[in-house]
Amino acid sequence: MTTLNDTIKTAKDSQGAKKTKRIPPEVSILLVLVGISIMFEILGWMFIGQSFLMNMSRLQIIVLQVSVIGIIAIGVTMVIITGGIDLSSGSVVAMSAMIAATFAQSSNWPKVLSPALTDLPFFVPILVGLAVGAMAGFVNGWLITKTKIPPFIATLGMMVSARGVARWYTDGSPVSGFTKEFAMLGNALDRWMPVVIFIVVAIIFHIVMRYTRFGKFTYAIGANPQAARVSGINIDRHLIKVYTIAGLLVGLAAMVAIARIKTAQAGMGLMYELDAIAAAVIGGVSLSGGRGRIAGTVIGALILGVMLSGFTFLRIDAYYQDIIKGAIIVVAVVIDQQRQNKRKKTT
Amino acid sequence: MNSAAVEEAVPVNGAIPREQSFEYVLEVDHVRKEFPGVLALDDVMLKVRPGSVHALMGENGAGKSTLMKVIAGIYQPDSGEIRLRGETITLETPLKAQESGIAMIHQELLLMNQMTVAENIWIRREPTNSFGFIDHSEMHRMTEELFERLNIQLDPEAEISTLSVANRQMVEIAKAVSFNSDVLIMDEPTSAITETEVAHLFDIIRSLRKQGIGIVYITHKMNELFEIADEFSVFRDGKYIGTHASSDVTRDDIIQMMVGRSVDQMFPKEEVELGDVLLSVKNLTLEGVFHDVSFDVRAGEILGFAGLVGSGRSNVAEAIFGVTPADSGTVWINGEEVHIKNPNDAIMQGMAFLTEDRKETGCFLSLDIQENIQSAVLHENFVNSGGFVDQAKLNEESEELCRKLRVKTPNMEESIENLSGGNQQKVLIGRWLLTHPRILILDEPTRGIDVGAKSEIHTLVTQLAHKGVAVIMISSELPEVLGMSDRVLVMHEGHVTGILDRSEADQVSVMNLAAQ
Repeated sequence: MTTLNDTIKTAKDSQGAKKTKRIPPEVSILLVLVGISIMFEILGWMFIGQSFLMNMSRLQIIVLQVSVIGIIAIGVTMVIITGGIDLSSGSVVAMSAMIAATFAQSSNWPKVLSPALTDLPFFVPILVGLAVGAMAGFVNGWLITKTKIPPFIATLGMMVSARGVARWYTDGSPVSGFTKEFAMLGNALDRWMPVVIFIVVAIIFHIVMRYTRFGKFTYAIGANPQAARVSGINIDRHLIKVYTIAGLLVGLAAMVAIARIKTAQAGMGLMYELDAIAAAVIGGVSLSGGRGRIAGTVIGALILGVMLSGFTFLRIDAYYQDIIKGAIIVVAVVIDQQRQNKRKKTT
Repeated sequence: MNSAAVEEAVPVNGAIPREQSFEYVLEVDHVRKEFPGVLALDDVMLKVRPGSVHALMGENGAGKSTLMKVIAGIYQPDSGEIRLRGETITLETPLKAQESGIAMIHQELLLMNQMTVAENIWIRREPTNSFGFIDHSEMHRMTEELFERLNIQLDPEAEISTLSVANRQMVEIAKAVSFNSDVLIMDEPTSAITETEVAHLFDIIRSLRKQGIGIVYITHKMNELFEIADEFSVFRDGKYIGTHASSDVTRDDIIQMMVGRSVDQMFPKEEVELGDVLLSVKNLTLEGVFHDVSFDVRAGEILGFAGLVGSGRSNVAEAIFGVTPADSGTVWINGEEVHIKNPNDAIMQGMAFLTEDRKETGCFLSLDIQENIQSAVLHENFVNSGGFVDQAKLNEESEELCRKLRVKTPNMEESIENLSGGNQQKVLIGRWLLTHPRILILDEPTRGIDVGAKSEIHTLVTQLAHKGVAVIMISSELPEVLGMSDRVLVMHEGHVTGILDRSEADQVSVMNLAAQ
């Protein structure tokens, strides 16, 4: 038996190259990104008389803006893959930011909120921010699994409450005057730091989703919870983990955001949850669960960023920008739906 | 308890004895399981020898599936004991059952459709490299090795959603085998696969039996029992009836044990005076699926559709009913050409279509019987003068119908999810009867339902034919098609290969046309 298996094994190894390779769906999304960029480049020369892409500071602004949403979108992607949704990201950004900001102030600042918490080492506010985000995510996950309420409702509740906490925490006043060390999180490496963090997070979670059991479980639960259960996966525990990680990433995004703009306010992060969901959906993550990749979401976030920057570059009115953005999200879902119908038809 | 008598009656099978001090690999002892309002298992017994195939027989609702779910750790018994390899165990979760050496092939395919074959098989057991990351090429290799062993030809990297139902079933089987368990439970593994694949499955089962594995095999098909099972246990209404060696009994004995009454006539076919041609289909084509399909059905006629799974039988029905309209060809009703673009058009023309997949396209699982049975009728018959639905009249007629169809349920507000497969099917047939159809298309009307319910449905179809309804009956069970039909239309790879009269249709002639 062993010898037989060994022969089979060697036979297989020698023809290992035969493996069926399919074009990953990310390629088509990437083409869309390239297409949009070229479109703005052409329109730029036609109407503005300058290049859209050959402008380093514009490109830097695009990727900096994308980084914060992108970090959130990675967590949201995992949540959507489980068949859930997270509406609380934007509010949790504000909540994490406000609470962590009070731990990040420098004693030189004239309007210090709590003098006992000034000049702390840079990692203290970061850890506080991550912890607040993770806590919010944990509560989301706990509510969804233990009370069996739909993720939409659980995270909607968190969205409203977290915003309330953010306002209440400093009575609505913004917090600024961070220590230089903390501000590095947003400005180090010649202001590229947020982008580096985004890329590192994306790579880590790409690997997690593709090459670990954690990732496979996440897909399995979204694809068929009943099948996942009989396969021995502890669904409740896994979902709590996923929501907690999504919250942790929101906390991280909040830290990057306030370090970069050097102030935290209760109104920040408005509509971030929708941008993050949009990035995921544009990137091919299926809202019905079980399908989607981190790489797609990253490209999806870039598409959103390029569009936003491109419209501003073409001096298109902000109102039109929102109208077009909404249309793009709907079109992305329509395309996703058609892909699924096509898949169904071929079986 | 008469276990002593049973043991004497059963010969020891040709199992290769492992090192073991137990006679039964799996023993279920006085297990009881109650759901709200239903006693699903009442003091049930089951004893499975290593290296044998133990069939579980019983009507739907007899408690077989519940018992299997108890053994697989999905349900917890209220009382009683389960012994594995002679030792008492408690199975709190499916995981615990798996780890203890019990694997199960589920009746409803429980696969992650968006994931690949390999990912499905090895979920939670993925091979990892020294960094703890999943080794996809090793996983690919393990899958190929497993498929090699089971002689299955599938691409490990194919996504489940691209596979046919039969191939998905093979993946389920391979997954269950891959656990190398001592006990393997198969819950109606042949309900969705073709004859060749059944033969293939039986080869797999025989080789597993040789390896000393105890196989519990749930089935409704009598011939399978005699072909593959060493012994069998019968259940009825949640009660254990008895265990026998399959060589000791006849088909009629088993049916009698299952239904508690004797079923003398399986197919109550009656000669019916045929009327005019009611439905006429001419040159219907759906590119890549079926081509040039033509046939007539008369009032009172039952036209059977035979052919292998995937031959396009169901697609033709779906095209006629407007689910997926055909590309070309015409449909005539009562001599007039009709253009059916969606199911609503079809219903308006007096057509009814019982779909193949009860769970996917039939039941609204979260709704009750009332809502399920009334979902196709909300058109005109039950609208009162004020333009509102006449709910009272509708409820009355639904309840009357359920009584006639003998749907076993405490009341009409019961969720359809809680009914057995046979009773669900009756409700779905009732849904279409409420629309008073002239043309009734039945796609696998008796798949996965028990003998009693089956014969009730057959009787019902015969009665409808008597009333002048034109019936198209698609079925993978050849005896059913032959027994019920006036004529049999046979399809092969999207083409009609023949239409046989009742007198010339038999197993051989139909299979010749179906397999070519």
